[in-house]
Parts: sequence; structure tokens; C-alpha cells
Amino acid sequence: MSAKIRKIATFLEETRSEMGRPVDPPTRRAAAVAVVENPFAGKYVEDLSELMAIGEELGELLTQRAVAALGISPAKVESYGKAAAVGENGEIEHAAAILHPKLGAPVRKFIGKGAALIPSSKKRGGLGVALDIPLGHKDAAFVRSHFDGMEVRISDAPRSNEIMVAVAVTDSGRPIPRVGGLTKDQIKGEDGLR
Amino acid sequence: MPEVQVRKRLISVEETFHEGGPLASKPLRRATAVAVIRNPYAGHYVENIAPFMDDLKPLGLEMAKALVSALGGDAKAVEGYGKGAIVGSAGEIEHGALWHAPGGYGMREVLGGAKAIVASTKKVGGPGSRLDVPITHINASYVRSHFDSIEIGIADAPRADELLLALVMTTGGRIHARAGGLKASEIKGEDGLR
Repeated sequence: MSAKIRKIATFLEETRSEMGRPVDPPTRRAAAVAVVENPFAGKYVEDLSELMAIGEELGELLTQRAVAALGISPAKVESYGKAAAVGENGEIEHAAAILHPKLGAPVRKFIGKGAALIPSSKKRGGLGVALDIPLGHKDAAFVRSHFDGMEVRISDAPRSNEIMVAVAVTDSGRPIPRVGGLTKDQIKGEDGLR
Repeated sequence: MPEVQVRKRLISVEETFHEGGPLASKPLRRATAVAVIRNPYAGHYVENIAPFMDDLKPLGLEMAKALVSALGGDAKAVEGYGKGAIVGSAGEIEHGALWHAPGGYGMREVLGGAKAIVASTKKVGGPGSRLDVPITHINASYVRSHFDSIEIGIADAPRADELLLALVMTTGGRIHARAGGLKASEIKGEDGLR
């Protein structure tokens, strides 16, 4: 059964200066968020495979939307992340079922690579809850300039029987990174870490 | 003449398919454009602030164009609009009022002369403050189906010496509008009201 989507929102954030210093080119990141019905709200269900299938479907849809918002070719994506917020009648495990088993494969297929783990966060919350989507480099999780997070929210979601699912992508790291560590031009991008 | 210094820009698009009722034949799309700029008058009282309105005109135009493009590129698809401002804590509410003329100008310019007054709101607030931006029909303020609002905000803005400026556009009225009143199909669109 496919996802019953009430709403989709995209956010494109561009930082052009920080502390008065120009950021040129601007750092850019985008998130796509879907608000879907939680088929298991209000009851305990052992087998969560229906939610895993919804995760697979949303992985593809939301990645396409977020990359389209950035207006870049999928191969230019530098970092990514995902998150979900379950309405009050669902359980945190519902977010896990959407996010973890099947959502990642279509993300990686669409952007062409993605050796690194897709960092994630999840929570249960009411309408307007803020989702802080963690961000990490798509091929090497240790790239320090790309450790980041993006906050998104939708004022009327998630309702009690809904789940809010987000995928974020960027074409850059933090605005003026200067805390050292592995840089993106040093990575091998094979083991997902370095 | 103070220069307009943009730190950050956020474009969001929200697409609603239903809200518990029948699936809409055409999903409602609502876009917001938010710019975070330095407040040239923060921290002290300045009597003559009006000239800054002209400086803001190019930004108003740029944001209005970004909204039309986020909604698909056709200005004729836009049916509702609104605007708002959040003034950082070192500024005064009057600084937010500087956005009325350039924000309205930008939207009328790209929409080809919308007749209705642009609904607006403003406040002084800290980083992460949210603003419910009112929305009404672009040619007739009394169209009841198009009375709407959308929440905007950015986690790290406005800082004390910043202004957060917002424009919003929509492609239609509320998704399941059925509270009567003047319909969009009934308007004359001459006086901006009916």
C-alpha cells in the first residue's frame, strides 16, 4: 500500500554572509518533508513492513524534491540527512520503520553514490514540532566541514495520526568552516567514513 | 544610503493534497520567501528612516520573482498574497514598517498589478520567532475562501541587529473552503475589495 500524503513542503536555505563576512558562493541546503497518514496509529502492530514500504517510496520522492529545490544535478549533492516525527498516537518505532530499512536505497540511487551512513533523528511530537535533521557528507562521514543540521517544521503537522518524514540535501558544508579535521578534497569515499 | 546586506534567504513551498476531506483536483501550493538582512538602524533612534524603502525595492522584486518561480513560474497561477516582518531586538517596530512599500511593490510588479491591499503583520522578536503571515486574494480582499495564513520563521534569525522580511504567495484558497462569502469567481477586481 502506498503512502497517503496530506502535504509536502520543501525548504531551500541559502546563507550569503556570516558575521558580516561574505559567503561566496553561498552555502545552500534543501529539505523536503512529507506528512503522511500513520496506518498503525492508536494500536500496537507487530509487523511494520507497511511503514518500511512507505519509507522506500518517500526516499525517492523526497530526494527528488529536495534536489530539485537546490536546482543542481543529483551528482552535485555533498551531504545528506533524514528525520521523522511521529504524531502522538504513534510510536517511535514507526519512525524507525520508515527511516531505516528501506528509505536509504532510493536516496543513494538518485544521487548516484552515498557511501556514508545517512545521519538521522526521530521524535514523537505534536503539531509544529521542530525536526532537526542531522547532516553529514554523503561519501565520508568524517568530513568535518559538513557536520551540520537543518531545522524544519510545519505548523499543522504531525496530527496525532500522522508521521512527518524529511530528507535534506546540500551542495556545501557550513558557511565558513574552520575547525579543522578531514576536508572533502582529502576523502577516498570508499568505506563511507574517510 | 544604507546598503541592503542579506545574510540568509529561505524559500519554502508547501503543497496540500487534502485535509481530511476529498483529494483536491489541484493541490494547493503556498510559497514563502524570507530574507534576513542587517538592520541599518539597530541600536539607536533614527528619525529619517524612510529612504531605506527605496533601497529595499530590488530585494522585494527578487523575492517576488523567487516566489513565482517556486510556484511553477506562471504569475497568472498566483491567487493570494501576504507579507510580514520580524524586527530583531535592537530595532523598533517602525523598522518593520519599512517593508510595506517595497514588499508590495515587488509582488505587484511580477503579478502585473494586483488590486487588493497586501495583508501584513509584524513584530519584534528573537531568533526562532515565528510569524503568522496573513494571506488574502490578490484582487479582492473580501474573497472568503482565500482568507488564510502561513507560519514562517528561521531558527537563527533575526539576530538583534537584523530584520527578517517575508513575502508569501499561494495558488488558491483554503483546501476545503466551504464557509461561504464572496467567491473568487464572483469578483469584479476593480476596487481591490470585491
